[in-house]
Amino acid sequence: MNMSVALPVIIPLLAGALSVMFWRSHFAQRALGVLGTGAMLATSVWLLLETWEHGHIVMEMGTWPAPFGIVLVSDMLAAIMVVLTGIIGFATAVYSLSGIGKMSEKFGYYPLLHLLLAGVNGAMLTGDIFNLYVWFEVMLVASFALLILGGERAQMEGAIKYVTLNLLSSMIFLTAIGLTYGLTGTLNMADIGDKLSTVEDTGLITVIAMLYLVAFGVKAAAFPFFFWLPASYHTPKVAVSALFAGLLTKVGVYALFRVFTLIFNQDVDYTHEILLWVAAATMLTGVLGAAAHYEFRRILSFHIISQIGYMIMGLALYTPLALVGGVFYIMHHIIVKANLFLISGITFVMKGTHELKYMGGIYRTNPMLGVLFLIPALSLAGLPPLSGFFAKFIIIRAGIEAEAYWVVAVALVVGLLTLYSMIKIWAEVFWKAQPEGVEDEIRDVSSGPMIWMWVPVIMLALMTVAIGLYGEPIYQMAAMSAEQLLDPSQYIEAVLGEARQ
Amino acid sequence: MSMHSLILRTAGHFLLPLLLLFSVFLLLRGHDEPGGGFIGGLVAAAAIVLYLFSMDIRSARKVLRVDPRDLLGAGMVLAVVSALPAAFLGQAFFTAQWWEFTVPVFGEIKLSTVLIFDIGVYLVVIGSVLTIMLNLAEAED
Repeated sequence: MNMSVALPVIIPLLAGALSVMFWRSHFAQRALGVLGTGAMLATSVWLLLETWEHGHIVMEMGTWPAPFGIVLVSDMLAAIMVVLTGIIGFATAVYSLSGIGKMSEKFGYYPLLHLLLAGVNGAMLTGDIFNLYVWFEVMLVASFALLILGGERAQMEGAIKYVTLNLLSSMIFLTAIGLTYGLTGTLNMADIGDKLSTVEDTGLITVIAMLYLVAFGVKAAAFPFFFWLPASYHTPKVAVSALFAGLLTKVGVYALFRVFTLIFNQDVDYTHEILLWVAAATMLTGVLGAAAHYEFRRILSFHIISQIGYMIMGLALYTPLALVGGVFYIMHHIIVKANLFLISGITFVMKGTHELKYMGGIYRTNPMLGVLFLIPALSLAGLPPLSGFFAKFIIIRAGIEAEAYWVVAVALVVGLLTLYSMIKIWAEVFWKAQPEGVEDEIRDVSSGPMIWMWVPVIMLALMTVAIGLYGEPIYQMAAMSAEQLLDPSQYIEAVLGEARQ
Repeated sequence: MSMHSLILRTAGHFLLPLLLLFSVFLLLRGHDEPGGGFIGGLVAAAAIVLYLFSMDIRSARKVLRVDPRDLLGAGMVLAVVSALPAAFLGQAFFTAQWWEFTVPVFGEIKLSTVLIFDIGVYLVVIGSVLTIMLNLAEAED
């Protein structure tokens, strides 16, 4: 029995429960935060190595056999996502040591952090479509509470939009699950994929596929369901924003990757054509929204949306190279995006604002932070030799090979506009002089209690450089996951192998 | 918050132990028959809330003895821990483990990790309901 597939879910649950138990002690909660997420990261790396070796790792929870019980399944895509969750979870926990404040800790920041991570990992690893819904709800509950920590008016406003739209998406998701169950009589994803390949009425399947597209599209903030994201992501604590930006929408993207390769692969010309349009529109609206804003975290929030478009484009093209690109893009994006949000937290401590026009002069006082910002920012815009260049390169090349020239053109223009946005932040926050009339309240952030904010920023920046300079193993992992995604029979065989004979 | 009703206060005193006993009964009955940790926890929480209505917050906290947040934490830990024994025996997480004892007078008793999980749920429900109720009651004062 291979334990590695369940530990990334069990460990955050246990760490969360223990940190509720020690709610009186700030020290115990912080220690559990770092140790718990550290242990989760370690086990997720173990899971990745095991999956790399065996292809698929399956565990039937409670020894109830598939397709009746709930299975946890790890394939290469899931394992990669779990490792990324571990990295971002650990980075956030370390950052929170100096970035979150006693008040949030008192209101249960750490237990909620662990619960959110458990929800994310559960959603990645589950092989049961209804269980996926349950993990989505776990994430929603935890993220809602994290979003309103602090209780400011803007946070409440953002949270209401966030919750309303996400509940709507959950309802559509549930409806889709009901229809799927009615059609196939099973909730196990491998079993659904297996049974649907024999169903003749592909029209009905396509209708259900579109319901899933809407449900996960809301979660992933894809066009035209993206508007909840820029309304809410700039309101909570920076550590929470970084966690959300890195992980939450990507769970929606992951779910799209999962169902549109494993389950809905009958009418690819139709369903994936729609995905391609969604991808192009998502890229474009996101980047245009970013160009119009002058608040640090709002700009970054809109860029999440446009980047989601690239990932969906990888899925929509549905060629081996495009899927490699999509997975590579997810890996690159999660690390870069979380890092940019974490940096916005450091500049906030320095200047006391997120508004670009009241900031400035940071490069002069703190050149190190300027460099640390440029690495993820230029990577996001896709400049070589950073990670974003290769991610974009693979996707665009896949687009040219698939002869989808118009979407390639959109992707290139969006890349250019991304560069414009990043340069805008650079010029306003780091390069220009401190604006006159604005009080220069630069606080020392390079020593003392703020030192923990730097550790994850440096760690993630180094990873960005490493993916760019030494991308071969990352590419290999993405290639293996793409190969598994395009051949769902491997997944079905791994889950139902014994049951089908 | 207190309603100053003699009837409610007298009844509250008698109902509290009865309801708590009933909640434990529901908890233990739950394995094969209707009942279980969730409904049992709700009944127990309702018992304390009834006491809160008939008396006041201070005496409700006193009769509870522990902070509801501690119950919440302990329950969560129990629920997660119940998943672990199977792993040490080389089975999948959450696989139920059963232990049977023969105790004089009571006869055969079956204990299991399922029961530990249910007790965990019981405590989590009491803890979360009472955390909410006591905070609301305090906010109203």
